[in-house]
Amino acid sequence: MMDKMIFGRFIPGDSFVHRLDPRSKLIFVFAFIIVVFLANNTPTYIVLLAFTLLVILMSRIKLYFLINGLKPIIILMVFTFLLHIFFTKEGPLIFEWKFIHIYEQGLRQGIYISIRFLVLVFVTSILTLTTSPISITDGMEVLLGPLKKFKLPVHELALMMSISLRFIPTLMDETDKIMKAQMARGSDITTGPIKDRIKAVVPLLVPLFVSAFKRAEDLATAMEVRGYRGGEGRTRYRQLKWSIEDTVALLSIVVITAILVYLRS
Amino acid sequence: MDIELQKVSFAYAPGTPFEKRALFDVDLAIPSDSYQAIIGHTGSGKSTILQHLNALLKPTEGSVRIGDRTIHAGKKENDLRPVRQKVGIVFQFPEHQLFEETVLKDIIFGPMNFGVSEEEAINRAHTLIKLVGLPESVLEKSPFDLSGGQMRRVAIAGVLAMEPEVIVLDEPTAGLDPRGRTEIMELFYRLHRERHLTTILVTHSMEDAARYADRIAIMHEGHCVLTGTPEEIFSNAEELVNYRLELPHVVRFQHQLEQKMGRKLPKLCLTEEELAKTIAQLLREERDGQ
Repeated sequence: MMDKMIFGRFIPGDSFVHRLDPRSKLIFVFAFIIVVFLANNTPTYIVLLAFTLLVILMSRIKLYFLINGLKPIIILMVFTFLLHIFFTKEGPLIFEWKFIHIYEQGLRQGIYISIRFLVLVFVTSILTLTTSPISITDGMEVLLGPLKKFKLPVHELALMMSISLRFIPTLMDETDKIMKAQMARGSDITTGPIKDRIKAVVPLLVPLFVSAFKRAEDLATAMEVRGYRGGEGRTRYRQLKWSIEDTVALLSIVVITAILVYLRS
Repeated sequence: MDIELQKVSFAYAPGTPFEKRALFDVDLAIPSDSYQAIIGHTGSGKSTILQHLNALLKPTEGSVRIGDRTIHAGKKENDLRPVRQKVGIVFQFPEHQLFEETVLKDIIFGPMNFGVSEEEAINRAHTLIKLVGLPESVLEKSPFDLSGGQMRRVAIAGVLAMEPEVIVLDEPTAGLDPRGRTEIMELFYRLHRERHLTTILVTHSMEDAARYADRIAIMHEGHCVLTGTPEEIFSNAEELVNYRLELPHVVRFQHQLEQKMGRKLPKLCLTEEELAKTIAQLLREERDGQ
């Protein structure tokens, strides 16, 4: 059932986006998240959409797969869209039926917010889909490096992050296994009335927690045994390399910002 | 109860970049009352087959008949509980499915889900805990206070408590000590003979397959490549090597012995006892002949 989930998943590949340095991708995404909020009229939103589409194309990830995987998000999007349509009461009235009044501004805002949502979700998904969790944390660690001066345990934070990312698939597998074992014993969380489904959560969660704690303990022991003692003086096997493409990627953000600033009203 | 797989194909995550085909056109018939072993290398599709046996997975193509219920590819099924009650699965490391406060509650969890009365379920728990070789006092303990081996037995009792007609075992002895291993395997064999429990054993232990099974199916890269009785399968050494499988120790020993002696034994022996008896008989005949 989790086959279709693409949150936090990584699809190995060799596209332009895949080859970028994680540092530039991270800066790109963060910059993009801010830039999205510059858009405030139809041309700017069209530019944003086009740019996002370009990024998706360059990552060579199939659009239908992306949309399929983000279905839960799309439900959320539709919900916000409806909220805007029904509750923004500005501009001329364009539709009226019984108690439903839709105003032009409401429709406009609904569409804008949905696009903003879509664009943000797509671009951040592209980041995780094209960058292995390990590179993401490596990039994070380097980018947060300067904060070490303020006694922020950057290395430890990055390690925690990579460990948790590393264990997401493991825990998913585990969940699937335990779920099936309990289904075989007649307690099915995927079908039946809601009351039964809630009851079926306990037989799933207890074993999951037990094994997660056991795993954490094993991991801690294994690290201790191998003499792990934090990031000081630690060298890296994977070296990050900044290339011309990375500079180009960051420049594209600058260009987009300029265009948006020019077009916005 | 019998189970029949017809042209079953299965793919994980179909239609995504993660799509992985695990089974290709598998045909397998498991008659009532038989002891079927399914052997294969890691990643051969054994575990995927196993989950089709009580409709935890539904085939992408083909159909699975479980008793009088047929699961077709692409058709939505409702209420699979009757099927799941009749086919009990002991998963690999079944101790991971324990969750209740006491062993008793965990054992009665299965049967009560299938509508057995609490009283009856408790009765079953008391009988079963002895059957799996644990003292009755264990019933009041927390399953998490038990040793790994004891937890395994409790989990097995929990599946048996559903009184299934077919039991599917996925490497039931993985990680147990040799004695526990024999005890568990003997327990299932006894149940198979005494209660006519149709048993399906998924394993990579050739020894267990040779000793207990009356039919063996070999899986290789998602295909069911060989089926037959243990004698048929293990007299076919060359083919097994192709599937990266080995002969059971006893059979290998017999082959080496035959080579040393320069003659064939009258039959292929599948257990140590059988081989010892055959050799003894041969020696006796030889002595009497002189």
